[in-house]
Amino acid sequence: MYTEEVMKHFKKPKNMGKIKNPSGVGKVGNIVCGDVMWLYIKVGKRKDGKEIIKDVKWQTFGCVAALATSSVVSELAKGLTIDKALKLSNEEIVKKLGGLPPIKIHCSLLAVDALHEAIYDYLKRNNKKIPEELEKKHEKLKKGLAEIEERYKDFLKLEKKLTKQA
Amino acid sequence: MIYLDNAATTRVREEVIEAMLPFLDKKYGNASSLYDLGQEARAALEQAREKAAKMLKVEPNEIIFCSCATEANNLALKGLAFEAKKQGKNHLIVSKIEHHCVLHTAEWLEENGFKVTYLNVDEYGFVDLAELEKAIDEKTFLVSVMYANNEIGTIEPVKEIAKICEEKGVPFHTDAVQAFGKIPVKTKGISMLSLSAHKIYGPKGVGLLMKREGIKIQPLLHGGGHEFGLRSGTENVAGIVGFVKAMELALKEMPRESKRQAKMRDKLIKHALQIPESRLNGHPKKRLPNNANFSFRWVEGESIVMKLNEYGIAASTGSACSSPKLEPSHVLLALGLAPSEAHGSLRLTLGRYNKMSEINYVIKILPKAIAELREASPFWHTRGG
Repeated sequence: MYTEEVMKHFKKPKNMGKIKNPSGVGKVGNIVCGDVMWLYIKVGKRKDGKEIIKDVKWQTFGCVAALATSSVVSELAKGLTIDKALKLSNEEIVKKLGGLPPIKIHCSLLAVDALHEAIYDYLKRNNKKIPEELEKKHEKLKKGLAEIEERYKDFLKLEKKLTKQA
Repeated sequence: MIYLDNAATTRVREEVIEAMLPFLDKKYGNASSLYDLGQEARAALEQAREKAAKMLKVEPNEIIFCSCATEANNLALKGLAFEAKKQGKNHLIVSKIEHHCVLHTAEWLEENGFKVTYLNVDEYGFVDLAELEKAIDEKTFLVSVMYANNEIGTIEPVKEIAKICEEKGVPFHTDAVQAFGKIPVKTKGISMLSLSAHKIYGPKGVGLLMKREGIKIQPLLHGGGHEFGLRSGTENVAGIVGFVKAMELALKEMPRESKRQAKMRDKLIKHALQIPESRLNGHPKKRLPNNANFSFRWVEGESIVMKLNEYGIAASTGSACSSPKLEPSHVLLALGLAPSEAHGSLRLTLGRYNKMSEINYVIKILPKAIAELREASPFWHTRGG
């Protein structure tokens, strides 16, 4: 079902964890659907003055594919300029992993979303200009999440109730 | 590898293979043929039928061999539905925690004009008997509730259900696939019952439906009129012989094996529950002797299974990510589990080949595997906060 490369990242994930005082954080997915990714970035300046993603870390709740795509996106994004990172696509992640089962492709989309949300968060925090496309994507993700929350509201209420007890 | 997925399938035992082999190469005749080679196969088939009937305390003509339990369950539900329609009955009752082959058949019948009541279960997975009693009406043609659940191992109050159905005059079907050979299966008051060979160390591709003579059903497969006209298709004599041999051996071993496996199960449960934020799914006592099912919060089931696989342990999960439809197990959701618990489920099912030394290894590895995965989980670090 999974390629060797996927299993490699699952067994030895890269950049797992959290960044203290991150420049931006992207939180995507929903526990009802089973995949949640939190991605932290640290933005710094390259010698030529261009802003780059200096460090990436992530925490993920999810299946093998979700963990592996988190690991790969963190590797791919590290060192990229903001512009380049915004162009990173899920196809690149899938390619790097040597393929994913069709029903797991959404995990690679989620990984890209997490990265782009972290960049959005960074730009927003620093009152920087947010590219129109990124703004649109952010709105779409927010709407999607709201829809999930509406669709599964009983579930989430139960989740909250039980979480408090735990 | 430590195989702890015996509810999925089992290793065919040597005695079964031995019993089957002659019917593959030497006694390969078609049981419908007139000459000796055919009649030899016929005799073996009928002998197997008699033995199966005796074990289930029914008559030989009440045993219909077929390809698997999925087929047996389809035959029971659809076969009776088509017949009932003629009598103006259109209402089926099933529990919410049936195997997909019952649930999806019920849903298909619903799409085709039948009415279906899906019975709720409590936190342990027991069907609500009061709800069942209320749900039965003059249009009800069948109640189908499994003997024991395949995911959580809960043993349903089959005797009580049978009694309610008998009083109301409604046929009762039970899927006893996971129960047979693990706990005593009593057919008293049961109109139809499904069994499968590959869960009891028999071959894949064989099952049976026990159907009382008085219950009339329509066949799903039409053809040469095999199996009393209810299941056409050349009989799988080798498979059937192997199946019945597996049934005999399972019953013979049951008193000893169920005790031995329950001991291993209880040890697994005791130690797994020492892992923080874990829970046992199903009833602590009224469960199959070979079934343990847990939820570990903040980690996802497919990841648990693959992590255990790294350590050489084969197990299964009811998590959404492992299902083709990306939905968490309907059984766990019916128990009222929160999504985070349904996602982090792990099923360990024991069998006759497991040893206590293997269990000792598993209870050492399991806390480690869960801790490793929780390290990656955002919720593990923010829980309670």
